[in-house]
Amino acid sequence: MSKLTAHPASEPAQTELADFADLTQARIALGRAGSSTPTAHEQRFQLDHARARAAVWSQVDEDTLLAHLEPLGLPIVTVESQAVDRADYVRRPDKGRLLAPASRQTLADRSGRFDVVIIIADGLSATAINLNAAALVASLVQRLQSAGLSLAPIVMARRARVALGDAIGETLGARVTITLIGERPGLSAADSLGAYLTYAPVCGTPDASRNCISNIREHGMPLPRAAEAIAALAGRIFNARLSGVKLGENRLTSEEPSKMVTGDDGTDT
Amino acid sequence: MSYRAVIDQTVYRFSTLAELMAKATPQRSGDELAGIAADGPIERLAAQMALADLPLRAFLEQQLIDGEHDDVSELIARQHDPDAFSPVASLTVGAFREWLLSSSVGQTELEAVTYGLTPEMVAAVSKIMRVKDLIAVAAKRRVVTRFRNTLGLPGRLSLRNQPNHPTDDSFGIALSAVDGLMMGSGDAVIGVNPATDGLADYMRIVTLLDDLRQRLSIPTQTCCLGHVSVALRAMEKRAPVDLVFQSVAGSQKANDGFGVSLEMLREAQDAALSLNRGTIGRNVMYFETGQGSALSSDGHFSVDQQTMEARAYAVARAFDPFMVNTVVGFIGPEYLFNGKQIIRAGLEDHFCGKLLGLPMGVDVCYTNHCDADQEDMDTLLTLLCAAGVNFVITVPGADDIMLNYQSLSHHDGIFARETLGLRPAPEFEAWMVDVGLADEAGRLRDHMPPALIEAMRTSADAAA
Repeated sequence: MSKLTAHPASEPAQTELADFADLTQARIALGRAGSSTPTAHEQRFQLDHARARAAVWSQVDEDTLLAHLEPLGLPIVTVESQAVDRADYVRRPDKGRLLAPASRQTLADRSGRFDVVIIIADGLSATAINLNAAALVASLVQRLQSAGLSLAPIVMARRARVALGDAIGETLGARVTITLIGERPGLSAADSLGAYLTYAPVCGTPDASRNCISNIREHGMPLPRAAEAIAALAGRIFNARLSGVKLGENRLTSEEPSKMVTGDDGTDT
Repeated sequence: MSYRAVIDQTVYRFSTLAELMAKATPQRSGDELAGIAADGPIERLAAQMALADLPLRAFLEQQLIDGEHDDVSELIARQHDPDAFSPVASLTVGAFREWLLSSSVGQTELEAVTYGLTPEMVAAVSKIMRVKDLIAVAAKRRVVTRFRNTLGLPGRLSLRNQPNHPTDDSFGIALSAVDGLMMGSGDAVIGVNPATDGLADYMRIVTLLDDLRQRLSIPTQTCCLGHVSVALRAMEKRAPVDLVFQSVAGSQKANDGFGVSLEMLREAQDAALSLNRGTIGRNVMYFETGQGSALSSDGHFSVDQQTMEARAYAVARAFDPFMVNTVVGFIGPEYLFNGKQIIRAGLEDHFCGKLLGLPMGVDVCYTNHCDADQEDMDTLLTLLCAAGVNFVITVPGADDIMLNYQSLSHHDGIFARETLGLRPAPEFEAWMVDVGLADEAGRLRDHMPPALIEAMRTSADAAA
């Protein structure tokens, strides 16, 4: 039985596309005002765009995040990439992958031998971090600790790309990085968070050596399920002693979906 | 050899042709990211002046990327036709600009010179042309292609209907496709960017689209924009593949990054031709390109991104494509920072593609981390229509829910046709009247013919 034939639409002659609009997130059956869209849709679109733009230029509310993370009992360290501000960050992805020298020193002072470091990175949507990170990290810490894994200090990274996690993990001495990063906001979802897992992180690790769980948000992959999936993925990575395409997991290894078809999803993060 | 220009007793020197080209390029963030951009507008103008004095022949005498290690350079050299070049052989880049703009040069002259021109010559002249110039020249050059209908005729604007869905859901794709058809989108192609890259999904998507097309007898072509290697396997299994798609770039290394070679493209073109699915023509390839893709795969060799883009057109034109489009604002603000840069890049790409003989369209688009909005897209669409663009891409409500970026809406397509007086491909235009989507005068109706709803249901059910 299919969704369309089972759909309670009326007689074919009266059926309109709008009868099916609830079956997709796409903005179908909007109606027309001549060659434009009706006013309500026009303004709804502009609101969604304004929200997405705001998410890109938003800042992580670090005080609130710290207040939520402190009860977990782990040390918390804040680091910065070499991008000096949001504008520099957006223009210069290369800088977002490099640790600022002072931050490198901060991490070197705390280096040790850890199984996992959890990194909270603003990425392209601080909104995603503000809405999702605290609860996700709490759930994740509990799962990883009950699996007997040792955790490095939690790292909050400002103006970070995914690959900044390599420098962080390498400097701290962690076997696996779990980088939770704000994904590029879409029009319908500005609060989506991605989790990138990398085994034996070193600077220059190719994106093909990461695994990713994306679209973590209330209306995407909800937090409890995401924490479970991330912990399970970490378990498989420790067993296999590797991460990335060789693990045979998901296909997305990029912060951004790509229209440029590469055949192996090797896009620029 | 070095290049120089003098402005107010200050001598500006450019040590290589690649440096001269990069510094003459209108400002864009990708060249700044690559560290090859001019140091401000005065040095840029000095480079543009030196470029204007450069003979076009200079581009035949030295390659920007050594052809011994790059099959795109080698292809560019092989494509060059000295006889076709002869009308402009004695010109400098600056004089070539004037030749292109002169009222004595029209379709016949531009068509004749197509294979005399190299991507680098075309890129060079575009760097010293304003938006108005890019439009004026491109508008004189029509490129017509055929498969089941005819694209690129004067006074026509075709639309690619892009019914993407985040999970490639058959119902989602069918619903979105029909939403576009109702507004006249789909004469260029009904083409899905798949979320997954597997053979099974590729085959399901092309089968779904072909089924929908046949049920409604739409004189158009369909495409699943998966990787060419997947298309090849699907064709071996006799999947209904109309057009074979691939992203291409302007160097061998950048194409390696896409997992594609010239041989693979040739093999795919041969396979698609052997299916014999086109009813009125044999253009079977569909390519997408975009400024910045070579830099992002570290395959740019310090050549500016706009020149690298034009080099990708040498790849495209080797395979007689049905359609080519630049995905102009998709790649992000690190390559094209804002609406102004996107608008100019879209017009440059269209201009360069057309001069090189390509059936050029544009995905008029942007991402949310870019300083651009739908008004910039309105502007670029209007300018491209003035320039005679073959097609643009439209999605429901301008929101691509799979790729998370904004393109044009189907409504924008209606705007371009109604306000600017452009019409769909002739075969598709007649079909719209036959099926009841438009009245005899070509005006869209407000209600969907029941046949479309039924075809949508049946096709999606069959695929699911």
